[in-house]
Parts: sequence; structure tokens; C-alpha cells
Amino acid sequence: MYRDNTRSKVFTRRALLFGGGKLALLTLLAGRLYQLQVLESDQYVLQAEENRVSVRLLPPPRGRIFDRKGEELAVNRENYRVLLVPEQTKDVEGTLDAIAQLLSNGDAMDRKRILRDVRRQRSFTPVLVRENLPWDDVARLEEHAPDLPGVVIDVGQSRDYLYGPELAHVIGYVAQVSEAEQGDDPLLALPGFRVGKAGIEKVYDEALRGRAGSSQVEVNAVGRVIRELKRTEGQPGADTTTTIDLELQKLAMDRVSKHTAAAAVTLDIETGDVLAMASWPAFEPSLFNQGLTGDQWRSLIRDPLTPLNNRAINGAYAPGSTFKVAVAMAALEDRIDPEMRVFCRGVVQLGDARFHCWKKHGHGSMALLEAIEQSCDVYFYEIARRVGIDKIAAMANKLGLGLITGIDIPGEKPALIPTRKWKKEATGVAWQPGESLVAGIGQGFVLATPLQLAVMTARLSSGRAVVPKLVRKPIPPSRSAEPREPLFSDIGINVGHQKIVLEGMRRVSNSPRGTAYRARITEKGMEMAGKSGTSQVRRISASERDASGGVRKREVPWKEMEHALFIAFAPVERPRYAAAVVVEHGGGGSAVAAPIVRDLLLEAQKIEQRRASDKIARLDARAS
Amino acid sequence: MHVPAGRKLWLVSWTLVLLICITVAIGIAVLYSAGNGKWEPWAGRQLIRFGVCLAVALSIAVTDIRFWLRQAYWIYFLAFALVAGVEVAGSIGMGAQRWINLGFFQLQPSELMKFALVLALARYFHGRTAEDVARPLNLIVPALMILAPAGLVMKQPDLGTAVMLGLIGAAIFFAAGVRLWQFAVVIGGGLAAAPFAWHFLRPYQKQRILTFLDPESDPLGSGYHIIQSKIALGSGGIFGKGFLQGTQSHLNFLPEKQTDFIFTMFAEEFGLIGGLALLGLFTLIIAYCMAISLRIQSQFGRLLAFGVAATFFFYLFINTAMVMGILPVVGVPLPLVSHGGTAMLAVMIGFGLVMSANIHRDTRIGRQGSYDD
Repeated sequence: MYRDNTRSKVFTRRALLFGGGKLALLTLLAGRLYQLQVLESDQYVLQAEENRVSVRLLPPPRGRIFDRKGEELAVNRENYRVLLVPEQTKDVEGTLDAIAQLLSNGDAMDRKRILRDVRRQRSFTPVLVRENLPWDDVARLEEHAPDLPGVVIDVGQSRDYLYGPELAHVIGYVAQVSEAEQGDDPLLALPGFRVGKAGIEKVYDEALRGRAGSSQVEVNAVGRVIRELKRTEGQPGADTTTTIDLELQKLAMDRVSKHTAAAAVTLDIETGDVLAMASWPAFEPSLFNQGLTGDQWRSLIRDPLTPLNNRAINGAYAPGSTFKVAVAMAALEDRIDPEMRVFCRGVVQLGDARFHCWKKHGHGSMALLEAIEQSCDVYFYEIARRVGIDKIAAMANKLGLGLITGIDIPGEKPALIPTRKWKKEATGVAWQPGESLVAGIGQGFVLATPLQLAVMTARLSSGRAVVPKLVRKPIPPSRSAEPREPLFSDIGINVGHQKIVLEGMRRVSNSPRGTAYRARITEKGMEMAGKSGTSQVRRISASERDASGGVRKREVPWKEMEHALFIAFAPVERPRYAAAVVVEHGGGGSAVAAPIVRDLLLEAQKIEQRRASDKIARLDARAS
Repeated sequence: MHVPAGRKLWLVSWTLVLLICITVAIGIAVLYSAGNGKWEPWAGRQLIRFGVCLAVALSIAVTDIRFWLRQAYWIYFLAFALVAGVEVAGSIGMGAQRWINLGFFQLQPSELMKFALVLALARYFHGRTAEDVARPLNLIVPALMILAPAGLVMKQPDLGTAVMLGLIGAAIFFAAGVRLWQFAVVIGGGLAAAPFAWHFLRPYQKQRILTFLDPESDPLGSGYHIIQSKIALGSGGIFGKGFLQGTQSHLNFLPEKQTDFIFTMFAEEFGLIGGLALLGLFTLIIAYCMAISLRIQSQFGRLLAFGVAATFFFYLFINTAMVMGILPVVGVPLPLVSHGGTAMLAVMIGFGLVMSANIHRDTRIGRQGSYDD
């Protein structure tokens, strides 16, 4: 027994000691718990919140684009997409096969891209398989969805250009954000987000884009969304109304598309509104939205007819005889008597060089009005020689040539109006007197874009510094009967001189001897006044076309044909609309370009008339 | 002195049973929350399991303490054979399994091993006088009893169980009266051997120890568990986020919330108050077992009750210290609370033995466990 007593005493002592140790350790645990849950709690609360809450961006719908009468031009369409969540799929390849069988065009699936995305992203992130699905495909996928775990159909928004190529150059297009475009706006980092890359879409991108909303969501450890905690709505993109008149634009595209390459512009002289701006050949803008394939991109870029270029603003053409109105204006302002006569024998000699009139046997004795009417080259050689290039250039600049017009879409070219100084600087060679003669008939160094020619016509006919715009703030309708203050400032040309040139232009289209008499407007009160131009081509006008190679030029006769140009305004009495048309290698300006201008100016006036009578009808209906 | 089993049921320490039931009830509530407010997949099963384990514990309690003394070595060898069996099965290509599939239940022999060791050591020291214990040679056999299974589970590799077996053995050695200088020698030797032991650790075990020392070094890898557990505890604050409201656990930021990290989940939802209450409950259970051990006449009974209380404490301490970031993550469940069959069974067997020792506290036992000594 005594032995057990010793053991018992030792046990009791040591058990109590051990118990004390346990108590100490348990106190340590309690202390640690206090430290974590009380002293450091704030920091952990924050971390738990960061764990739990994730902010997702809500992309706003892009603003729509309308024509001047409120017709939709660019809208957003529901875009049905099929996505794949890799972690919910046992066999990604097998599921893709199954999806391909259900899609109407399943073979066209970009497997390489899909599998790359699957590898790169976390397995719960949906990967885009195909978008822009037709409704039939959506229905078929929905039906088979229970057998296809991980396949998700979702609705996004996709830009839809209702008139495709007809407005491609004006509206431009949207496409995926490039590396260089990444900026402060978090929207840009969203996968699949599109920004404007050309045209109105690009210039007004920020307004059209809107502001992102955000959604605070609770996520679990693998990032899957459990529920939404808070939602801040974004601001949808602002709708934008263009100055384009859809009817007139369609007409312009219809006319220019009859030729290989052509451009047409119609302006409202009072407001500078671009009513129509057509450039042919064109392209399908939605291709960029969907993502071009390499082949599509190469064929667009390598096409010698450069369908991506908006010829109306960046095609620089020798204006030919259409430039004579500017030369005539410069001459009058330089106190040349309009009654002064020049005798045209069909050719004129200056030093060693001979300068031909388009009319081989000459026009005989010419005064200014007749020279404009019949487009006598010899007359203009003479006055250009007298006035000199610098004064001609000053007038051309005043009328909007040789400078950016300020149109609100990107890619505009200033083209070129030469001066003595310019030539010396650019080539190192002094200006030759013969070059003034050539410039006098809009050849040589002189280049202009179709838009500039339309602006020149508008400025000449109104005497005001018309600036073309595709989007502008609405002008409030005037309540009083008084005429509105003109929007643009006076360009400072003598009204008498202006009248003489306009009379010359009237005769071009309305006098039986006028070059464009056959393409006149016969409707009373709607007559137009214009000027034809037929510019010789040695080189192709647009500089980028030089790259297409000189060999083919000789093979294809079309390339050696002259550019056909025509500018005009209407109605003659109270100029309201101005138009310019260039048909590349189209031949004679009065035969090829003038009918297009006539159609545009006539239609513009008829549209105005129709709208006025509609308004009266509406007012009558309201009154009765 | 023979008392029928039915009468003995009255002698069972129902206070201890009540404390255990409360603890298990808390565990089931947390498992219910872990299952997102459903009995499936954990809470319901745990309830049934506890019912079975309680029955086993009571049967053990009413069985004569001398029976357990005489069977102690057999039980030890059986448990050891099971651990070895798992090891052999694992090495012949079944992967790193630590359990035996019994069809209705997966048995983890390493959990049973801890209480088998307590039983065997208690019997060994029961048969040794104070003088015997003072002789180092007499400590070789019990030391081997500890080292053999510890070495085996270390190979599995199950660092948590190996450490636990070592600690349990040391605790019983201490209570049995082993001289303190001998402990000093062993501890000194252990520290000297540590660099060599480090060499034998598996890379993932080394990683665990390293990330324990600096969890922030690898926030998405091994340190993730500790960091998320601390965030869960800390964000619970004083009053907790409320039942079923723990974000860290319900959104799966907290790993193993139904097993090793169940204390974290409980303290996230019930805060410091809940956490301290649970610790207090555990303290009561341990103190109760210790109190029992002090009243027992036989050395076997004393060491048994002491050993079970120590084992229970080590489970509790290692687990909670681990989830609070005081100890490395070694994979030890929270007894009575964590989801898991064998741990529950093993702990309840332990309490059964304590209760048996309590019921038979005045029974005199011979050195070999004879009934009439």
C-alpha cells in the first residue's frame, strides 16, 4: 500500500502541475482569440469584405445615330452569344463538337481561339464560343442545354448598321479596343467592349459610349457570383443626330455606285449641314464589329480601289475647270474688267511651251461670262497669267480650298493650293510663269477634295464662310417671321463680282451654249447653276493609289481616262444647296458628273418641298 | 463487489455526459450551418454517429475496469496492426490513405491508436513501482510503445498524429513519476536531433512549417488556409456575424470548415463570446476528467483518466492554436465538434474509459489486473 501511496502523491502533484500548464495554455488561446477578434478585428473585417465583394462593370448601351429626320442609322441589336464555362464541362473539346453540330454554320468555329481562352482564363470564367447567333441556333441550343453542362447562352448588345455600306464612310464603325486605346475609362478593359474606330463613331465616341454602371456582387472563394449587393446604374450613351438626309444619301450612293470609283457631297448652304456624303467603293462596317479575319482585312487593304478611304474628304483630285470659278473670282477682285476680251485660237504660246484649249479650234473672242459658260481654257490662261498664282491661291483659300474644312470626321486631307513660296520650299525650284497658266484651269499642282469643292460652291454662292458639319447642335426654330441671323461670317467678297461669277455658272447649266445644258434642272424655280470640270490624269489623284504600280495603268485604259467633276448650287435665285461630284476616270464632267449633281440638287429641293407640304397638312389637320 | 451493469448506469458521471452532449450539440449546429442550413451532408450524420458513439462509451463505462486493464496490450496491438495495415495498403498502391473502408464508415486507425497508447502505458506503469519508474532501463519498453506507432504514422505521413502520440506519451510519463532530468535529456536530445528530423520531413510538411512561420509569404498557396482562418476569426468580432451568416465560411474562403477549421467557423458566426464559451466548455470537460483522476485509487485508473484528459487537451490545443495561427497546420480535428467518425468514436471510447475508471474508482487492482487482489 505504501508504494501506491508514493505513486499517488507523485501523481497528484504532477497532475495538478500538468493541469496548471493546461490552464496556462488555454488562457493563451483565449488571449489570442481576444487579440484576433477584438484588437485586430477592424483589419480582418476589412479583409473579409474585400474577399467577399467584387465590383463588376455594367457596360452602358451605346448611343444610337439618327439621320436629320430621326431615321435610325446605327442602333444596338440583341446579340445572342453562346459561352462555355470550362469548369462545368467535363470535356471541352467534346462539348465544342456538340455545339458545332447544333449551329447552322458550326464548322466556322474558331477552335484555336476558344481553346486558347480556355487555357488562359480561370476555369469559371465563361469563354465566348460564338456570337451573333441566329434565332434558330439559339432555340436549338436552348433545347439541348440540359445535355450540355457549362454551355451558357447570353444576350449582349451588338452595333447594327442598318444601311451598311451606304453610310459606312460617314458613320464609321466600332471594333474591339486596341492596346493603344486603353485609357482611364474602365469600360475599355471589358472583354468584348467596342469603341468607335472611324467616322462619327470615332469622333463622338465618348458621348456615344456613355458611362459605366457598376454592380457590387458577393463572390465566393473561386470568384463565382453569389448575389448582387448594390447596383449603380450607368449613363447610357447619348443618341446622336447627324445632318445626313437618309433619302438623299441613298440617292447619292445609288448614283456613285454606278461608277468604278466616285464621290459626291451635298451641303445645306445656310447651315453647313452635310446632307449626303457618298464615296464609292464602300465596305460593310459590321465586319469590323464582328472582327475581321486576316483575309478580309488584307483584301480590304490591298484593294487598289481603296474601299476604306472616304474619297469625299481624302480624295485629292485636280479640280480642272471647276477651279475656274475661283480664278474668275480672284481676277474680278484683282480689278480685271469682266468685259475684257481674250481671243481663243485653241492654243496659246508662253516661251517655248504651248498651252491648249480643250476646244481644238478655239472659242474665238471671249469675255468672262462666256469663258465660264463655255469653259474656255485660253481665257483663263490669260487671266491667271495676269493675276498670278498667289492671288489665285488667296481666293481659293478663302473659298475653302487647300485647307482642312473642319468636317467632324477623321481622315480629312487639306489637298493643295500652290503658291510661289510653297513651291520654292517644297521643291527648291522657283515658280514658273507657265505653272500659273496650268493652275488657272485647275491642273498642275492644284488639288481639291470633293468636300472642298462643295464648300467652295457654298461659300461662293452665299458669300459666307460655310463650314461643313455632320453633327451639330440643333438650331432652335425661330419664332418671329424675321430671317435668322446667318450662321457664318461674311468672307468679304464684292457682291457685284460674286453676281458675275454666279451668272456665269447659271449659264453653264441653263444657256444652250453652256457645257452642262443637257444636265440642267428644268423644274421652274429649282434651276441650278454649276461648273463642269474634266481633269487630265497623268498620275492618279489620290497619292495612295500611286502604290498600285505604274504597269497596270498602261494595261487598263480606265486609269488613263480623265476625272469627271461637277459643282453646282440650287436654286439659282436663292442658293440653298451646294453639291460636288467627282467620278474618277469618268470622262467628261458635264456628261458624267453633272447629271449626278442635278439629281442630288433636284431631290434635295423636292425633299424640302415635300416636308413643307407635310407640315402644312399636319397644321391643317390640327386646325380642323 | 459485483454490481450488475444496469445498476452501474446510475453511477455514470452524468455531468460529464451532459457536458459532452452540449459540446456535440454545438458541433452539430455548426455543421448545420456549414451545410448552408441543411442537415445534409454533415449535421444529420454527425448526430446519428454521436448516438452510436455514446452507446459505445456507456457500454465501456459499465464494463469492469480490470477487464480493460487485462485487454490493454491486446487493444494496443490491434490498433498498431490496423495502423500498420493502412501503411502497408498505402505502400502497395492505394495512395496515401489513412483509413480502412468498413463500408458504412471509414475507420482511421491513427485516431484509435492515441487512446490505445493511453491504455497500454497506463497498464505498463500500473505494474511498476515508484522505484521501478526511477530506473531508466524500465522506460525503454514504454518509450518503444510510443515511438513505434509514432514512427509509423510519421511515414504515412501524418505529422499531427505523430506529434500527438509523442505528447500523450510524455504526459503519461510525467504523471507516472518519471524523473524530470530524464525529460530534460530527452528534450535536449530531441532538439539536437531536430535538424536531422527536418531532413526526413516531406516537402509539403516542411512547407507547412515554413508557411506557419511566415504565412504572408505565400498567400494563395500554403499560407492561404491560415490567412483566411484569421480573417474569418477576426471579422467575427465580439458578437460574431450570426448563425448561418459567416461570409468567410459560407463563401468557401475558409477551407475544411466542417473538419479542421470548424472552430473558426463557429467563432466567425458567434464571435469572441461564442469562442470563449466553447473553450470554457472544453476546459470544464478536461477539469472534470482531471478531478476524476485525482479520486481514483488505482494507478491504472488514474493514469487512464489523466491520459484521456491529456489527449483531449492536446486535440483541442493543437486544433485551436492551428486555426488561430499559433501552430502550423497539421491536420488535427477539434474533438466532439469536427465532422468525422473515427475521431468521434475514439474520443468517446476515451470518455467511456474515464467513466469506467470513475465508476470503479475504489476497485483495487493487482499488478496484473486480477479481480481479487
